[in-house]
Amino acid sequence: MAKIVAGVASSHVPLLGVAVDQGKTQDDYFKPIFDGYEWTREWEAREKPDVVILVYNDHASFFDMKIIPTFAIGCGERFNICDEGWGPRPVPVVEGHPDLAWHIAQSLILDEFDMTVVNEMDVDHGLTVPMSMMFGQPDKWPVKVVPLAVNVVTYPPPSGNRCWALGEAIKRAVESFPEDLNVQIWGTGGMSHQIQGPRAGLINQEWDNMFLDGLVGDSDALRHIPHIEYLRETGSEGIEMVMWLIMRGALGRQTKALRRFYHVPCSNTAIGHIVLEPA
Amino acid sequence: MSGTLGKQSIHEYLAQFDDIPGTRVYTAARARKGYHLNQFAMSLMKPENRTRFKAGERAYLDGWPLTEEQKQAVLARDYNRMLDLGGNVYFLSKLFSTDGLSFAEAVSSMTDMTFEQYKAMMNAGGRSPEGVRSIEQGN
Ligand SMILES: [Fe+2]
Repeated sequence: MAKIVAGVASSHVPLLGVAVDQGKTQDDYFKPIFDGYEWTREWEAREKPDVVILVYNDHASFFDMKIIPTFAIGCGERFNICDEGWGPRPVPVVEGHPDLAWHIAQSLILDEFDMTVVNEMDVDHGLTVPMSMMFGQPDKWPVKVVPLAVNVVTYPPPSGNRCWALGEAIKRAVESFPEDLNVQIWGTGGMSHQIQGPRAGLINQEWDNMFLDGLVGDSDALRHIPHIEYLRETGSEGIEMVMWLIMRGALGRQTKALRRFYHVPCSNTAIGHIVLEPA
Repeated sequence: MSGTLGKQSIHEYLAQFDDIPGTRVYTAARARKGYHLNQFAMSLMKPENRTRFKAGERAYLDGWPLTEEQKQAVLARDYNRMLDLGGNVYFLSKLFSTDGLSFAEAVSSMTDMTFEQYKAMMNAGGRSPEGVRSIEQGN
């Protein structure tokens, strides 16, 4: 039987990808951030997950305004790296797990989550930056990935409650997959940041830490935070944190934290990272 | 932390977005208005289009069904104006990269600060939410 054994959340700031690709991770500006992920890099090397269900959003890289799926699941064999305007990141192609992905897609649809199935898709920094943070610079990624792209760009994005419930359904789907697989689920994006308009640069450390607190234990209060609260408190791009709730929902009633890290700033953004296990 | 979205009318849901200082939420209304502006920006992800655009911005823009106002905003790199006219920052960021600007530098141009001042603010912990949560509440 497949099982979700852990959840990881992480910001996916593009500048971190640049730091990795250009060998700047030990520069004064970046070192504290990469040091903050060192524990997780060692933990991942020991855990050796077979598959990561990687919840992220596309930033007008593969998806443009022509088609806006709320929840899209990547069921292909592999996913190439987007050229986001500076050339594709020099990272390995992302290998999919079509058997598990299709199993999850079918199960979710029967469970009343109307997923968009995507067979061919390129992935952007939303997916590849967390991979670099957890696995460094291997020749080949050590895991297969089921990409789950969420619309958090065009309003309305899905509610936090819907995201949490989707996570619960993903847990059921994974647990009914017959093959023995060690599966992790990652939620990416956030934490507080605003990259548009005169209010750009907003950071709310207190709120972010309240959110990190809320992921641990048996409370499900976070699922009820309305969009307007993310917008007011965490900046217009803080809404990405609803994706963390898919990860949290998939871990069951109670969690414990193995690792937690928070750092301000990276470019325009507050970096947040947490590793959770079902408890 | 109160109330879930499902219980709320779409009208109330959208109305709240106008109460956030210095912020343009990318609603369907903006997405409709800015459709071609955003698709134009998206086209700059291809190197050959960037070359054509740089060789003649006005001519390139004339190839898209944009309003004159939208074209002027692009030519002037007035990002706040582009947001008002339906632009979304992730799409407009293709214009940042075409101009060789970092995200932070382009973003700072939308504030009342210079890039140096903006960087200093970020390094000191960012812009506080105090006073910029709500126009009506002034908090
Ligand atoms: Fe993002």
